[in-house]
Amino acid sequence: MKRRSIVKYAAVAAALSLGLTACSGGSGSDDAKAAGTVRVTLANHVWTEGIKAAIPEFEKSSGLKVELTQLGEDQLSDQYNVKLNAGSDEIDVMMYRPLQEGKAFAKNGYLADLTSKVSSDANWDWKDYQEGPVKATTTDGKVMGVPIITEREVLYYRKDLLQAAGLEVPKTMEELEAAAKAIKASSPDTAGFVARTGKSAAVTQFSSFLYSFGGDFTDSSGKSTVNSDAAKKAYAYYGGLIRNYGPANVSTDMSWPEAMAIFTQGKAAFYTEADSLYKNATDPAKSKVADTVGFAALPAGPAGSKPYNIPSWGLAVNQASGNQDNAWKFIQWATSKERTLAAQKAGVPGPRSSVWSDAEGTSTYPKDLAEAIAVSAKNGVGHDRPEVVTVGKAREIVGEPIVASITGADASAAADSAHEAFQKFLDSEKK
Amino acid sequence: MSVMNAPRSAPARSAGRPPSMRGNFSAWSNRHRKWLFAAPAMIFVGVLIVFPLAWTLYLSLTDSQGSVRAATEFIGLQNYLTVLSDTERFWPAVGRTLSFTGVALACEVVLGMGIALLLWRPFRGEKWVRVAILLPLVATPVAVGMMWRLIFDPNIGFANQLLGMIGIPAQPWLSGQDTALGTTIFMDVWQWTPMVVLILLAGLTSLSEEPDEAARVDGANAFQRFFYITLPLMMPTVIVAILLRGIDALKTFDILYATKGKGGGSFHEVETLNVYAYGLSFDYNQYGLSSAVLILFFMIIIGSMWLLTMRKKAVSK
Repeated sequence: MKRRSIVKYAAVAAALSLGLTACSGGSGSDDAKAAGTVRVTLANHVWTEGIKAAIPEFEKSSGLKVELTQLGEDQLSDQYNVKLNAGSDEIDVMMYRPLQEGKAFAKNGYLADLTSKVSSDANWDWKDYQEGPVKATTTDGKVMGVPIITEREVLYYRKDLLQAAGLEVPKTMEELEAAAKAIKASSPDTAGFVARTGKSAAVTQFSSFLYSFGGDFTDSSGKSTVNSDAAKKAYAYYGGLIRNYGPANVSTDMSWPEAMAIFTQGKAAFYTEADSLYKNATDPAKSKVADTVGFAALPAGPAGSKPYNIPSWGLAVNQASGNQDNAWKFIQWATSKERTLAAQKAGVPGPRSSVWSDAEGTSTYPKDLAEAIAVSAKNGVGHDRPEVVTVGKAREIVGEPIVASITGADASAAADSAHEAFQKFLDSEKK
Repeated sequence: MSVMNAPRSAPARSAGRPPSMRGNFSAWSNRHRKWLFAAPAMIFVGVLIVFPLAWTLYLSLTDSQGSVRAATEFIGLQNYLTVLSDTERFWPAVGRTLSFTGVALACEVVLGMGIALLLWRPFRGEKWVRVAILLPLVATPVAVGMMWRLIFDPNIGFANQLLGMIGIPAQPWLSGQDTALGTTIFMDVWQWTPMVVLILLAGLTSLSEEPDEAARVDGANAFQRFFYITLPLMMPTVIVAILLRGIDALKTFDILYATKGKGGGSFHEVETLNVYAYGLSFDYNQYGLSSAVLILFFMIIIGSMWLLTMRKKAVSK
């Protein structure tokens, strides 16, 4: 009897584990190729939520049916890697990260050329798009995508903590460090400063510090400059802030969700992050500090305040899709002036100049955030990571000194070895 | 066999008139019966195992990168030379793969044997205990990874709060350069010990009672009975458990990726061969290099399984 019952348990366990693996398989409908359907793949984002709710409107006006696949950032990347690599026509419209994947996708021929399409409709108005975002979605003079979301790095801070400590909102990097120090000293449980710490994840947020100290990842001839004096100072400063005034036991794996959690749990006074994530800090359902969070432009370094100002996401059409005209119709609708304004009001900073000049466009933003964004848009730098094909690898290389600096290792030596590795990498990409 | 041979008369019958299509097929299928029956399995193995393996082997001999549809060049064993001389990522990853598997497997077998012995004799409520023990086994590894990641968060996690209550300073757990691999081993042990328990328990219940009783009559104590009677008799089952769990542990990817992400953390602290190969192909798009790593990894797995199977044969004799 006993033996039989054990066999029974084993069978149930085996069936369950098989069932669970079976569930993980994706499903694609091959017969949806009929011209009346547009297959759209989007990332999880506030922007996507807005579009999702409005899709019935598009279906009604265009007579097309939309098949939506929504994925997390990493799964989305993997999905593109597999499907586009195989030359699949299962995707028509794709949401992608121009600065992360744009060059690689364009090089591999995954993206359809939209140049003639964007200039075909004066009402939709391609000229309304800001210059930086357009540059990022254009490769070799060809328009490969339409930017949908832009972001800049801003300073998130806690008004109540600053007031209690009698501090002003820092305007320079020195003031930021002094303020972080003062807050950490007055209440050891609260970190003075928090930001991303993961080798690869931190690169984009570190970039603004790099530019503000007068450095960049490469010079105008495309040679590595990550061991310049300015870069070394920036590495030491960013890592030092976290090491000296950051949370105790700081992890070196933090991306924005972890860093944001520390800030919104009320455990840090200053936090530098992309402005497009501000809702996470001001929404009372997600944040314990919703009432006391303030925003300011990135403090100025020796070279001034130079945050990145980039299009974080764009829409593109799959080159292998046989449904490109309908795909364009969807993009045209999703990026129209009205939709961009609606998205912006829902908290997604848009790439069109018109939504920023329209008072309605910033009406839902905290006043100090709108001001910080305006400043950043003026001084912004158009990239937040090395502009290369294999961005993933480049980020790991130039991120090495950030982690070294956070853990108290010799940041200057790490920058030198990163420089060597990065130059080797850049040379290999030129081949 | 002779019973099945009746259709042999078919050709004789059709000699007078032209053979119909149907008659032809049934004659053909009768002659090739053994191939016909084996065909579905062979096609399955061919399409899902042999082809991908052969394709990986081919890719590993080319400089494929960027897109697999792009033109590639045949570069012979260059990728293997690059990988085998890589002391920065490859060899440490081999070391981590082996130590992860070794330590996790040892803990799981020892703990699994202990728990199986406890559950061997009937007791009140054993059903509930068994169900409770099986729970980690049926949870998806990614969910398990996320759960432990929250528990082990250095700042807001439950584990450090618990330690704080009894006055022990907070630990870095998953975020520490030296503690991360150990923490993931702990998670693996937590999840997979039940499977080992299950296998060993099945083995224990099939043992006959006589040798144990005889030893008892001879005055052997519990330890002696376990080490001299039960364990040697259980050896084949233990090796099966090690074999099954070992292959699985070598291939672990989900919990490592769910807790530490790409590259196994900022210092590659939990980067095993699987995580490394994933990063090479999905992050760096270097398919040739990644395939070479996978072929070498495949050889490591085959080698260790061969050793274990030899050992099992020796024990069974």
